[in-house]
Amino acid sequence: MSLLDIKDLSLSIHGKPILKSISLSIEAGNIAALTGESGSGKSMTAFSTIGLLPKGTTVSGHINFDGTDLLAQSERALCDIRGRDISMVFQEPMTALNPVQTIGAQVMETILIHDAMPREEAEARSREVLTRVGLPPAQFPLSRYPHELSGGQRQRVVIAMAIALRPRLLIADEPTTALDVTTQAQILDLLKGLAREQNMALMMITHDLAVVSDMADTLHVMRNGEIVEHGPTTRVLAEMRHPYTRDLFEASRHQADLGTASTQDTLLSVRNVIRDYRLPRQSLFGTHPTFRAVNNVSFDIKRGERVGLVGESGCGKSTLTRAILGLEPTQGGQITLDGQAVWQDGHPDLTVRRKMQVVFQDPYGSFNPRHRVGRLISEPFHLLTDPPQGAEKEHAIVEALTAVGLSPEDAHRHIHAFSGGQRQRIAIARALIIRPDLIVFDEAVSALDVRVRAQILDLMADLSRLYGLTYLFISHDLSVVRSITDRVLVMRAGEIVEDRPTKDVFERPEHPYTQTLMDAAPKLPDPLVSGMAAS
Amino acid sequence: MLAYTVKRLVSLCLSLLVASVVIFVVVEVAPGDPASFMLGINAQPDTVAALRTELGLDQSKIQRYFSWVGGMLTGDFGTSYTYRTPVSQMIADRLWVSLPLALYALTLSTLIAFPAGIFAAARRGGPGDLSVMGATQLGVAVPNFWFAMMLVLIFAINLRWFSAGGFPGWDSGFWAGMKALTLPAIALALPQAAILTRVMRSSLLDILGEDFMRTARAKGLSARQALWRHGLRNALIPVLTIIGLQFAFLLAGAIIIEQVFFLPGLGRLIFQAITQRDLIVVESVVMLLVFAVILVNFLVDLAYAAVDPRLRSRT
Amino acid sequence: MSRNLIIGGLLSAVFVTAAVLSFVWTPDSVEAINIANRLKPPNPDSLLGTDHFGRDILSMLMVGARTSIAVALVAVGIGMGIGVPLGLAAAARNGALLDETIMRANDLIFAFPSLVIAILITAVFGPSATNAIIAIGIFNIPVFARITRGAALSLWTREFIMAAQVAGKTRARISVEHILPNVANLLIVQGTIQFSLGILAEAGLSYVGLGAQPPIPSWGRMLADAQTMVSLAPHVALIPGLTIIAMVLGLNLLGDGLRDALDPRLKVVRT
Repeated sequence: MSLLDIKDLSLSIHGKPILKSISLSIEAGNIAALTGESGSGKSMTAFSTIGLLPKGTTVSGHINFDGTDLLAQSERALCDIRGRDISMVFQEPMTALNPVQTIGAQVMETILIHDAMPREEAEARSREVLTRVGLPPAQFPLSRYPHELSGGQRQRVVIAMAIALRPRLLIADEPTTALDVTTQAQILDLLKGLAREQNMALMMITHDLAVVSDMADTLHVMRNGEIVEHGPTTRVLAEMRHPYTRDLFEASRHQADLGTASTQDTLLSVRNVIRDYRLPRQSLFGTHPTFRAVNNVSFDIKRGERVGLVGESGCGKSTLTRAILGLEPTQGGQITLDGQAVWQDGHPDLTVRRKMQVVFQDPYGSFNPRHRVGRLISEPFHLLTDPPQGAEKEHAIVEALTAVGLSPEDAHRHIHAFSGGQRQRIAIARALIIRPDLIVFDEAVSALDVRVRAQILDLMADLSRLYGLTYLFISHDLSVVRSITDRVLVMRAGEIVEDRPTKDVFERPEHPYTQTLMDAAPKLPDPLVSGMAAS
Repeated sequence: MLAYTVKRLVSLCLSLLVASVVIFVVVEVAPGDPASFMLGINAQPDTVAALRTELGLDQSKIQRYFSWVGGMLTGDFGTSYTYRTPVSQMIADRLWVSLPLALYALTLSTLIAFPAGIFAAARRGGPGDLSVMGATQLGVAVPNFWFAMMLVLIFAINLRWFSAGGFPGWDSGFWAGMKALTLPAIALALPQAAILTRVMRSSLLDILGEDFMRTARAKGLSARQALWRHGLRNALIPVLTIIGLQFAFLLAGAIIIEQVFFLPGLGRLIFQAITQRDLIVVESVVMLLVFAVILVNFLVDLAYAAVDPRLRSRT
Repeated sequence: MSRNLIIGGLLSAVFVTAAVLSFVWTPDSVEAINIANRLKPPNPDSLLGTDHFGRDILSMLMVGARTSIAVALVAVGIGMGIGVPLGLAAAARNGALLDETIMRANDLIFAFPSLVIAILITAVFGPSATNAIIAIGIFNIPVFARITRGAALSLWTREFIMAAQVAGKTRARISVEHILPNVANLLIVQGTIQFSLGILAEAGLSYVGLGAQPPIPSWGRMLADAQTMVSLAPHVALIPGLTIIAMVLGLNLLGDGLRDALDPRLKVVRT
């Protein structure tokens, strides 16, 4: 008998069906992945299992855990089960811990709340478990507070809390999505190791097929509240019987067709740029310490080139981006576009600014919710000395919308009527409308589902060929960068450690850090012999 | 922690300084000369002049400001124009009525609001919550001096449980004094308790939606345990701010309430002084009230740091 | 349309209508003194009874409504008119000297017991409705400045603001074009709350004789006059008090209803 046996689980929130009679089982000690795009219902399956559903949810079906139907248990009984037999780790580590309690107290609480052992033993076990997750008390005393730890470290504490009583099932809901790729690799290794060591079943919720193929023994593919395919991971990925599974897989491996770059003269020149931040004073009368976010960075981008900038969070790429866009001054060095300096006499030069535009990451936050699309995408006209008016302006808006695959009528709608992918198209339209020389894509596809992402990357490739676009593509995701750029810059701690053509960097990285990044990133297997070639 | 405290202290002194200037300027701008007011319209010019010299009114405004501030720092609040007694003595007597009244009201307010707010938050949307919300909606709309009148009507005049006003003095005994302050304290406390309840409730509800509450539940804590062990301390932070602000309001409200209950507190003193154009008394009493408020806010700031460890490491 | 909105709206409308109506008609004169008729409880001739001078209480309340509404409204106007631009300016240059100065000044004013200073101002400059407006208005400024700044700060980090900056717009322009419309909802709701607080403050000031002076009727002074007679004729104290409660309650419900209708996630300040 399986450890966890979900039968005909149906769930709806305020009448809207989320899960449609799904069934799955997980064996003891097995690592099972639930994968799918947003809205597939995978998180809801996890929350149903641990019994932490939001208000207004109606559930039916059976969730059998070692013979007991969890859905038929009282809240009291569920409280006993949670933390002791079934534990959960969530997606956002930065807010997962109580900010006013020490990490030691929070880990011990799991043990003490179940009356599992007396206080001194609980403390000893907490130390043990924190060491196991990579936070030895010598460096991370139990009296530490969460705000003194990084995201990855906080996630380790959450995992420590979850495994303190050696539960038989650990549910992990996108545990590494919010973390850097190197940290992600470490946390995933930790989870895998724990599952093997403690013979603990792991229900892993993730949208990332590469993570799945690295880690999971069995795979369940979900779509719109249903499980469309499941089975041992290697078999599912080899056979891919369901068309949706194939779609997902193809999208994850998608390489947009860039064509060859026809590069000409230098467009953007970044020379010896230094950007310092003033930090708050440590003592009352000391001076402000400074933090060097960008340290002597130099590179060029030629007209027609498509350059990627890769780095983990905190490496300085956002700061560098802001400096290039002329949003912030630099403390040293020069940035010129087409020979003109971006920052002139203490303020940005608008004639230079109008040659650059940007597409941001968050499709939901990058638009003023009160304006209509037509007004939103024509905002950059503000930069022009002689902006088009009336019919000319209408024409420009229509042209921009059709270029990104939307219809002219969309100009009259509000932004909340559009999906994430459509919003990014609108963002691209906004970036294109004044025909800038350089477009900066700042993590522009990071928040999108994998199939939508593939479409947007195709769009970018098409536009690039059509208009001869020059762009700087910033991302933490190596596989995406690989598919959409001619040249790659790798950034670390404020410095560029590698600057070579994309193909070369990925096949033969020179700098050890690049090698680390690539090793850490989970990889999809090459499509095995199945009569299905990757496009 | 030390740096934080020092920074707060500096802020406190700066506030006091600015406050003193503002108060001084406002009072000095007042039309009417105290000396001629006291002596009446028929007074001789040289008598008036002599009185002005005696009261120190002929000095320049800047000189008067500095002698006032300097005096206050040494505990000398000047001499009342009207009564020729040291202001500090007049204040001391009244202070022992107004201050206990404000603190009594603050205690009552907190004692009511905390349980009510927690109760409402724990039973969100249910009948318990709705009744509390309804009661607080009513409570914040009640003018406290009117409520005081109604309390007097019911409890003093009709039921005769309390006297309708007056204060026997602390010499008659602690409990006698407290009894006299009870109706006034309730009148002051109730509207404030209504506000505080809402703040407590909304602060807790915010916290209940935080991720770390979900983590606590996933560990096996029941909803109630999670609320008590994790929710409350975090919810306390914004609540502390409001308590600090409430003290200011209570002190001021006490002034008006004293009129209803004929209490010999600072309120009576201020109103008399204003009518008599006794500027020194007005300045000093207002300054004292402001000092009390700024001090309480300083203590609230320190309390923040005690509750929230994130504040201790920053300055 | 939530229940709050409807009830609150209706209640507030009743009072505003009564106040406006009083300019052309009241059931009885508020100036004529009629000792023979004094302290009568509610009866067919005087729906809410008469006060110690024989004046019809209903008429007094209607005319008094003018004072309360006028004072509270203009005070909110002052608070918004000065506080909102200050808050926007502070947020636009977060961390700069301007921001620090505005925030320190704000904290300072918050630290002052507002009622005491209001008493001080009206006492020193003479009691009148105008001075009451100024005194109350001054303390509305930091409230609006603080919540505007808070809301604006969280908007400044949003990407659509960066997009506007990349489009070359100045901070001032962004504040007006993008930030202000997005904080408008919060301001409307807070405005109704401050309005209701203004009614209470005006009542308090006129109670101690520092608001509008006789012969202008005001709710607070009606209560002060009623104090000595509260055992003889409770209705003279009860009715104006209930009126104040009803008006303030109506405004608060309206504020809550507006918030639910406009954006349930808004955070309003009730100090």
